[in-house]
Amino acid sequence: MSAMQSPQTLAEKVWNAHVVSPGEGEGEARKPDLIYIDLHLLHEVTSPQAFEGLRLAGRQLRRPDLTIATEDHNTPTLEIDKPIADLTSRTQINTLRDNCKEFGVRLHSLGDKEQGIVHVVGPQLGLTQPGMTVVCGDSHTSTHGAFGALAFGIGTSEVEHVMATQSLSLKPFKTMAINVEGTLKPGVTSKDIILAVIAKIGTGGGQGYVLEYRGSAIRSLSMDARMTICNMSIEAGARAGMIAPDEITFEYVKGRPHAPKGEDWDAAVADWKNLHSDEGATFDAEVFLNADELEPFVTWGTNPGQGVSLSQNVPSPEDYQDENDRKACERALNYMGLTGGTPMKDIRVDTVFLGSCTNSRMEDLRAAAAVIKGKTKDPNVRMIVVPGSARVRLEAEAEGLDQVFKDFGAEWRFAGCSMCLGMNPDQLEEGERCASTSNRNFEGRQGKGGRTHLVSPLVAAATAVRGTLSSPSDLAASPVAV
Amino acid sequence: MEKILTHTGIGVPLRQSNVDTDQIIPAVYLKRITRTGFEDALFAGWRRDENFILNQAPYNKGSVLVAGPDFGTGSSREHAVWALKDYGFKAVISARFADIFRGNSGKQGLVAAEVAQGDIELIWKELENNPGTTVSVDLESRTVQCGSISAPFQIDDYTRWRLMEGLDDIGLTLQQEDAITAYEAKRPEFKPKTLPAQTAG
Repeated sequence: MSAMQSPQTLAEKVWNAHVVSPGEGEGEARKPDLIYIDLHLLHEVTSPQAFEGLRLAGRQLRRPDLTIATEDHNTPTLEIDKPIADLTSRTQINTLRDNCKEFGVRLHSLGDKEQGIVHVVGPQLGLTQPGMTVVCGDSHTSTHGAFGALAFGIGTSEVEHVMATQSLSLKPFKTMAINVEGTLKPGVTSKDIILAVIAKIGTGGGQGYVLEYRGSAIRSLSMDARMTICNMSIEAGARAGMIAPDEITFEYVKGRPHAPKGEDWDAAVADWKNLHSDEGATFDAEVFLNADELEPFVTWGTNPGQGVSLSQNVPSPEDYQDENDRKACERALNYMGLTGGTPMKDIRVDTVFLGSCTNSRMEDLRAAAAVIKGKTKDPNVRMIVVPGSARVRLEAEAEGLDQVFKDFGAEWRFAGCSMCLGMNPDQLEEGERCASTSNRNFEGRQGKGGRTHLVSPLVAAATAVRGTLSSPSDLAASPVAV
Repeated sequence: MEKILTHTGIGVPLRQSNVDTDQIIPAVYLKRITRTGFEDALFAGWRRDENFILNQAPYNKGSVLVAGPDFGTGSSREHAVWALKDYGFKAVISARFADIFRGNSGKQGLVAAEVAQGDIELIWKELENNPGTTVSVDLESRTVQCGSISAPFQIDDYTRWRLMEGLDDIGLTLQQEDAITAYEAKRPEFKPKTLPAQTAG
């Protein structure tokens, strides 16, 4: 590579460092590049058909040493020492165990100290590092982009492809800069940033792009907070989201079980320091957001782009010019059981869910615990707290957070995807309304007929106190911890 | 994979935007470990409503789904494509597809044809006014045909070529195995390995 190379974006740098062979041809007719994959994460739901495909074709798993599996989607969060009650769930988990054994894949099973949501486990073990390519049969793989990795979700055919070849045929993504400058007000978090971004560009706005989150507001965020932002890139339609690694990133990775050590560490950091968009690099699109103006953000509808500031009202169909948008609003309000014009803060919920790959890390649990400490839960609300991994659960217990949640009247569960999606016993009842720190408010996502409002951990906690959608500033005389 | 050059079948108008993969196949159906047999799971939530389009003849025999923009958003589940195929769909038409869904379709021989929303509005009207009208999707000329409406569609060259040739992706890549091995020999030493397993103890 010449020193006079034209300026590159972060995404382009990581891409170019992973080209096994460039696609032939020019322009539109150019075939995809073959891209090497540094880390392949597996879970029970999207892998069984891929393993079966390998077996049927008589193919090997090329790199078991770049592959790791965990159980998360189907797993219960209560009585985890008992056999899984749901037979099909149990079969799927057992299939993963058999497959991992047969192909020599490292697996962290239910009950293991490293088990948990796949996107919490990778970073926690230090397996997610800057400049890597990371894939998983799960759209929230974008989470790992918080480290300056190019990380994206793939379908089961691609899972099989990576198993057999440790690579993927891909066309380069376009790049979009999401510039967030300024300082977040107290009570406003990275979850509010990403919900505001999605509302601004729409659920299809990021299609075909890798988003790079930049600016002073992003640089000031912790790794846990950065993971929350990158996690929801997919909800804007983007394949991946990235943040350039910096001292905060290096500090997080250092000393973790799989972090480079000794001379390797120095070589790694020297390499990682180049992982930023060059001065003068051009993005295919740019978006600007002022962090100073952001408020706690919540969704009212049935896709993550249907959100407003917590202090605003539920929109009405008449607010929309386009006929299709008007119909979409009408349909969403009908499903959600809401009337246009209702103040968001008047919406009463039945359940509060703190968890999911979006918001189940230590910082999320600490922030929520600080809000509820010494307060009383609204008696009509049930609150479920689900740490993202067994390790997070242990750490939280060592800090006494479990006791804060239990004293408040919340349920303290074992790690897993839990109520983020209706695949395990944790589900909403028909018509039940939930303030959820997860990532999707689709119809039926948390259980058939369930109604979801996406919120930050701070809003979730305050809502559990008041019973209606609330932010910590709505709680009388309550010092806000974040 | 079977070769596809052109397909003609009954068009199903689905006047809705943001059809996410949780709607196409709810998570509860993802527990199966097979690759086929998902026809009952397609739009399972919506099919409980007797007015839903797939509960009406002749649309229930449809094989070309004509949907609103942002089709296939959300979860990466390839089960969404399997369910559409198992039900009998050969092609989906929309003004915009989610990236992962479009990729999964190409791997499984489901044509994801991107047609301008203006043309989709015309096709919707035709299919609603004359139920049972067929839609043709022709990969060679990249056009869709419905009644008197003819509209171009977009699909990337590589996916089109693979669909028309019925090529297996993994087989294609394994032809480049030497290049993969050469790349692996040059990877930096500091890149992490999952084995042997390290934990925080």
